[in-house]
Amino acid sequence: MSGLLPTISSLARQLSEGSVSSRELVEDAIARTEQINPTLNTVISLDKEGALAAAGRADQARADGATSPLLGVPMLHKDIFCTQGVRTSCASKMLADFIPPYNATVVNKLHDAGMVSLGKCNMDEFAMGSSNETSFFGAVKNPWDVTRVPGGSSGGSAAAVAAGLVPMATGTDTGGSIRQPAALCGITGLKPTYGRVSRYGMIAFASSMDQAGPMARTAEDCALVLNAMAGHDLLDSTCADLPVPDYAATLERGIEGLRVGIPKEFFSSHLNAAVAKTVTTAIKELEAAGATIVDVSLPSTDLGVSTYYVIAPAEASANLSRYDGVRYGYRCDSPTDLQDLYLRSRTEGFGEEVKRRILIGTFTLSAASYDQYFMKAQQVRRLIAEEYQSVLKDVDVIAGPSAPNTAFVLNDDSKSVTDMYMEDVFTIGANLAGLPAISVPAGLVDGLPVGMQLIGPRFGEAELLNIAHQFQRRTDWHSLTPNLEGLTG
Amino acid sequence: MKWEKVMGLEVHLQLSTNTKIFSSSATTFGADANAQTNPLDMALPGTLPVLNHAAVSQAIVFGLGVGAEIGKVSRFDRKNYFYPDLPKGYQISQFFEPIVKEGVFEVPLEDGSIFPVRILRAHLEEDAGKSVHDAIPGHTGIDLNRAGIPLLEVVTEPDFRTAEQVVAYLKALHALVTYLGISDGNMSEGSMRCDVNLSLRLEGETEYGTRTELKNINSFRFIERAIHVEAERQQDLLESGHSIVQETRLFDPDKDETRSMRSKEVANDYRYFPDPDLLPIVIDDETISRIRETLPELPAVKRSRYTTELGLSQYDANLLTQDRATAEFFEACSNVSNSPKAAANWVLGDLSAALNKDGLTIDDCKVTPQGLAALITRIDDGTLSSKMAKVVFEGLWSGESNVDHIIESKGLKQVSDSGALEAIVDELIANNPAQVDQYRAADEGKQKKLIGFFVGQAMKASKGQANPQMLNQLLQQKLS
Repeated sequence: MSGLLPTISSLARQLSEGSVSSRELVEDAIARTEQINPTLNTVISLDKEGALAAAGRADQARADGATSPLLGVPMLHKDIFCTQGVRTSCASKMLADFIPPYNATVVNKLHDAGMVSLGKCNMDEFAMGSSNETSFFGAVKNPWDVTRVPGGSSGGSAAAVAAGLVPMATGTDTGGSIRQPAALCGITGLKPTYGRVSRYGMIAFASSMDQAGPMARTAEDCALVLNAMAGHDLLDSTCADLPVPDYAATLERGIEGLRVGIPKEFFSSHLNAAVAKTVTTAIKELEAAGATIVDVSLPSTDLGVSTYYVIAPAEASANLSRYDGVRYGYRCDSPTDLQDLYLRSRTEGFGEEVKRRILIGTFTLSAASYDQYFMKAQQVRRLIAEEYQSVLKDVDVIAGPSAPNTAFVLNDDSKSVTDMYMEDVFTIGANLAGLPAISVPAGLVDGLPVGMQLIGPRFGEAELLNIAHQFQRRTDWHSLTPNLEGLTG
Repeated sequence: MKWEKVMGLEVHLQLSTNTKIFSSSATTFGADANAQTNPLDMALPGTLPVLNHAAVSQAIVFGLGVGAEIGKVSRFDRKNYFYPDLPKGYQISQFFEPIVKEGVFEVPLEDGSIFPVRILRAHLEEDAGKSVHDAIPGHTGIDLNRAGIPLLEVVTEPDFRTAEQVVAYLKALHALVTYLGISDGNMSEGSMRCDVNLSLRLEGETEYGTRTELKNINSFRFIERAIHVEAERQQDLLESGHSIVQETRLFDPDKDETRSMRSKEVANDYRYFPDPDLLPIVIDDETISRIRETLPELPAVKRSRYTTELGLSQYDANLLTQDRATAEFFEACSNVSNSPKAAANWVLGDLSAALNKDGLTIDDCKVTPQGLAALITRIDDGTLSSKMAKVVFEGLWSGESNVDHIIESKGLKQVSDSGALEAIVDELIANNPAQVDQYRAADEGKQKKLIGFFVGQAMKASKGQANPQMLNQLLQQKLS
């Protein structure tokens, strides 16, 4: 296949015209997945039967007069969302055989909107990673260059969309896990405001920052999906009880006079020069569309990474305590006593990065370091949130790079753990402050995609999607596709 | 050297909500293992706690009941530790900001005095499950029915010096929570569990000694015994020059000893931190006053009303208010009979004795307050002698309800007809000339004793139905 990959909106048109059926789309997507997946390793559970049955139901519903824009459109879920009857592993040996008895709210909502789930996407184990190399099921390859990483943790979702398996996959973003892989794979990924989308049934990593969002080819598609994903959920106390606007309705507004803030700290030494140049050009495009560019400052940006890597592991260390080998999940062979059961089940069931973060979190919460680390990090978090708030009083949106580099090579031993953590330097702020942010394709550097990030005020998703859509009307970076011919086994 | 015990209490009260504190599972006691669990109780991945606001209201009710300050903003924290019956690997509790803050709880003692106990805090938390060691041979089973049941942990300052004070506090606490309807306070079912922190110091000393914690003692009797046994153990150690190890100990009522619960000396670091899954509980003044209006009359208020308005002794008032059912029975009885003292005597006397004898509580009692009031009315109007009243009470106890009907059918009506009594007395005097002479010859003091013979005989002749006052009067008249 070459040329333009289908979007949700284009498929919705064809489905409503009757030129294609959901069953045909799903059969095609399954065929493509079976063809491409051995190379990319993006899908770790393919639910053919379930998908075909759902496609049949969608076609029937359409024949009966249903018209939802998502009805019958194939998609994939990050394997962090619990799917009733379909294995949900979080890409961990710990949950390699776990089949949930219930659906995540996001899964239910997209199902109710008529989307057809093909199965589950690979990811970094428990969403801990920025390269998708920590998965128990092996690394995901970037469709633009299979020697490179797709980013993480939603790397499987990003690669699946970039490779055109499906027009949309769900992702989650705790420190950049939607935006960074979206940038590295050349797609559009939205992390909504904390509390915009329910976390129920989404396996927790760092509960105060985890947020689900759509990963698709265009901002328009993200808007269509967010319409269905967002909204109050009685099962998640942190989910906002606010009405959900029609995000698709405001996409065509002009952005003349819009104030776009460029934080100078986002163009620091961390940023690859070619990426900086590409993002700067993209920002000029916003200016050309009538926006006003304003220099702003987020002085605590550099503190973000260390703050995040105290808070997120602390929360994770408690969130992952339930994986103890007692009730479900991995259990070591013939434990000699309770201590041995805990010790070996967790030692054998978790990967290195997960164990590292559990240890960091256990340390920062311990009585001797709580004040020095956890409390201090909470204070800095507040400071960072206040900086964002204060900048967003002056500008409508903050723009900058999504990631400091383009996709890096797989198994790069020269990249240290902290180098990897620095991948999140520009994305972490939005998580610490609970703000919505989107990454849109902004160009190529040496044939690899670059993402521009837009960060908005709380519950400003409609504005972000509007700006991103206007940008995509003026550019065609989001329409570029990797050479997919080379991907088939 | 005289040693003084210093004790502080932590009591876990199981709140009376229909569903668990963070899930919609039922809380009924005694269901089949794991029948009352859902994915959240089992800590399946992705599940999230949702606060049951009934538990919050009950905690506020408790706080107002002990006159404590209610935390305007309280929070939930995670208490991290691994145990098979703790499915999440952490317990959701309130560590940093409890819902109930400081207060003073007035505890009535046996002698009628009031012992003020300083409440340090009370916080909401979820219960853990239960390890079952005897259900599956060679294995330990886990029953998560109890996991997530709301608890209110009430912590006092170290204000207790005697086991009697401790027991009095627990009884008063039990009375309070049952009055308030926020817990059934059932110790044998674990609805009220008590940990005692105990240390010794020489009398006059101001510093506290090293304490041990006695865990989960499930009856008032065992608490008294456990305190005694542990204090003796500590005293022996201290007097032989040893020091006390700060640890958790378990009281074994069969062996009458306490023993260390933890085999290893591991200091627990629970790594408390705010639970990001739950929003802070924000309570405004309006909510507090709305809840305050729903409170029933509390034991302390009842006690003072009973002594000042109803003229009861402090002792009786304390006993009557120990539980809400007894107090309500008494009040209903007293209101109908219009004789508070008689009602108190009957409730604390014959009724209480009968209940004890059959091992019943006042809720299971067949005697109604109205029935008992009718009985008292018939004593007051002279229909019943106190002796006959006991026979009527037996009738009520055995399930009959109409006092007049019992009196009628058993012929228990007191004879107050002076003609009938006179005939009995005349016959008595005529048949016992020797005793009459002896009486007439005696001095006034002796006469008082001798008249008993005539009263007894007359009672016998009337089959116990003669009105004793009238009989006395009549005999004195005729014998002089």
